[in-house]
Amino acid sequence: MSCCAPGAETALDLNGATWVLPSSQEIRLASRSLGDDLRQTDLSVPTVHCAACIQTIEAALGKLDHVESARVNLSTKRVAVRWRGDEVPPFVAALGRLGYEAHLFAPEIDDKDKTLAELIRAVAVAGFAAGNIMLLSVSVWSGAEGATRDLFHWVSALIAIPALAFAGGIFFRSAWNALRHGRMNMDVPIAVGVSLAYAMSLYETINHGDHAYFDASVSLLFFLLIGRTLDHVMRERARTAVKGLSQLAARGAMVLRGDGARDYLPVGEIEPGMRMLIAAGERIPVDGKIIQGTSDLDCSLASGESTPKNVAPGEAVQAGVLNLTGPLTIEATAAAKDSFLAEMVRLMEAAEGGRAQYRRIADRVSALYAPMVHLTAFVTFLGWIVATGDWHRAMTIAIAVLIITCPCALGLAVPIVQVVAARRLFENGIMVKDGSAMERLAIVDIAVFDKTGTLTLGQPRLVNAPSIDPAMLAVAADLAAHSRHPFSKAIAGFAIPGGQLKFDAVTEHPGFGIEATDAGSTWRLGRRGWAGWKARTGGEAKHGYGGTVLTKNGMIVASFAFEDALRVDARAAIDQLSDARVPVEMLSGDTAAACAEVAKSLGIDNFVPCLLPSGKLERIETLAKVGHRVLMVGDGLNDTPALSAAHVSIAPATAADVGRNAADFVFLRESLLAVPLALDVSRKAGSLIRQNIAVATLYNTIAVPIAILGHATPLIAAIAMSASSLLVIGNALRLEGFVRHAPAETVANDRHSNNGGRVQL
Amino acid sequence: MRTLAYLIPGTLLLGGLGLSGFLWALKSGQYEDLDGAAERILVDQEDKPER
Repeated sequence: MSCCAPGAETALDLNGATWVLPSSQEIRLASRSLGDDLRQTDLSVPTVHCAACIQTIEAALGKLDHVESARVNLSTKRVAVRWRGDEVPPFVAALGRLGYEAHLFAPEIDDKDKTLAELIRAVAVAGFAAGNIMLLSVSVWSGAEGATRDLFHWVSALIAIPALAFAGGIFFRSAWNALRHGRMNMDVPIAVGVSLAYAMSLYETINHGDHAYFDASVSLLFFLLIGRTLDHVMRERARTAVKGLSQLAARGAMVLRGDGARDYLPVGEIEPGMRMLIAAGERIPVDGKIIQGTSDLDCSLASGESTPKNVAPGEAVQAGVLNLTGPLTIEATAAAKDSFLAEMVRLMEAAEGGRAQYRRIADRVSALYAPMVHLTAFVTFLGWIVATGDWHRAMTIAIAVLIITCPCALGLAVPIVQVVAARRLFENGIMVKDGSAMERLAIVDIAVFDKTGTLTLGQPRLVNAPSIDPAMLAVAADLAAHSRHPFSKAIAGFAIPGGQLKFDAVTEHPGFGIEATDAGSTWRLGRRGWAGWKARTGGEAKHGYGGTVLTKNGMIVASFAFEDALRVDARAAIDQLSDARVPVEMLSGDTAAACAEVAKSLGIDNFVPCLLPSGKLERIETLAKVGHRVLMVGDGLNDTPALSAAHVSIAPATAADVGRNAADFVFLRESLLAVPLALDVSRKAGSLIRQNIAVATLYNTIAVPIAILGHATPLIAAIAMSASSLLVIGNALRLEGFVRHAPAETVANDRHSNNGGRVQL
Repeated sequence: MRTLAYLIPGTLLLGGLGLSGFLWALKSGQYEDLDGAAERILVDQEDKPER
């Protein structure tokens, strides 16, 4: 850990305190067998940065017993560890000691990205063919005649075959797919243009003609494939980054058998009636009932309640809530497929609304464009036959029209802008799942926010610290350091360095608080009723009986008030959205009082409290029905159906796994300014896309008459097509200058993001 | 014309060599961790080569 402290990417250091090491059973469950007793585990290590990190990690892991090899992939920020034997080597703990937080990665059967490999291979083949054919074409243009020209044409025709078969296959398949389903996409005119151009050029070559368009058809494929590959790389990077976030859902649980044996079972194998042990810091895997133990549960991710809930035996618990303070024994009342989580997924799948109906700009344009182009070519053909009666000439000119209008620029106009925009967002810690998300975000007219975990951090903050005796606050902070309860963590932040008291025997009473003795006196930090057993409760009723107090020998010496800490820049983000003419609404599962407070401090006029997940969904659907295009920003399990029902959705990296997967955008940094930034970039990308389409159309209105009149030669076609593509790409790059520059904190990351821009080309 | 008879095949052969070289590099996973490859040059490796 020399050159770059892992802290540099604090945004990824999400919920450090609630992070528990995955148990060895869990690691074994998430590893895959390579045969011959060898197993591989993939870990996501978001904080690897540089050569020193690679060396430290690989050396440290390589030294562990039974570890066969460890290999860091810096681009994806993952470590692949290969190990043998029954015992799982303690590699997560070893990484933790080095200061790297590691998350287990779901085993992937198909490790390599097949589509990307196919695209890159196609680009390589098309590039090779385009280069060589262009070389031959230049000789033809500069005056090769007779047998030499024919030879060059024949060689070009030969080189073009593998390019068309291999690189063109991607377009042919997509075009065929679209036509078969009665739809139209940009690939249809491309496929028609390329194959007709090739066929006619071959005919010309056989008849010793000079109108061969081999160069045009192959370089068209080459340009389009570059755009398509960049687009794919960008989306894949975003998806990899999102997949690398820590998994929040439980992967399995320790099941207590009737005979006292303990087994670690994957979530899918837990059946109703089984008893599970849930340690403090673990999430509850399936719905259940508490048999034994008391604890505090953090329900913020499941229901949106910000205050931890105190639970005792007999109470029901939902899958997905986090056990904070004490160990619990739970009897499963539902299997995973019937649990809360699965219900959310079902609601989410049923809600798939706005985005499924959305048709991408490129598809809408091509639905207009393709028939027009094909009709123009056909009319040209008829016109020339009527005018001259020369079949061959009419055919040549009609195909020249098709080639000139082939949507090279149009095919690049949209993806190139989206690649540049996605990269801009990536540098600011915002991951875009696909290009259509940006198109959809650009047209939203109302934003709906979840409260807990989205507008707020879902973590309490001590509000009355200045009014508390500093000495007492220091005592409380020292005590609080022993607990993972969110209130304790908030108080522990006020510890005075060095001034530690020596407590004897600190014990945590789950559900109540922390107790410690020091020189004969007993200190307690926790619920009023438990800690202040000598005090007359009832006074200071403002915080209720549940208020948190510090007591010395039963006498209250300090009381603490908390509020849910607002996310960084929440207010600024809401203001910016309002400036962008996107009104904001807040939907929450939390109480009306808690919502009102947050709404007031953020200046939000509309909010609906106490909503069930289906209530949020209904609200979104109502808004959509009256014609609004809704942006949903949320993190909880209970937001998931709403996230997928909305026109477009954004989730923070701290969101529940399902929510993260359902959302179109995921932002990794803490600041909520990511939302207006994404909106801003998307809108600018939208206007650039329109400009690009206008440029491409303008090009056609100039070039098409030339082609119709029969003046298009292969040379003119080649120049016109390349020029329009370059124009469109140049216009897309203007987006880089448009958008506000990233705040200073991103500088550390920029180097890495920039490297990623240098794609495999 | 005679020169073309060996120059064109020669060009294509060299180009094809480059192409197959790239495809081989792609297949053998050399493009999977570009950032890592750039940084690894700074790592002092022990003398014994990796398996």
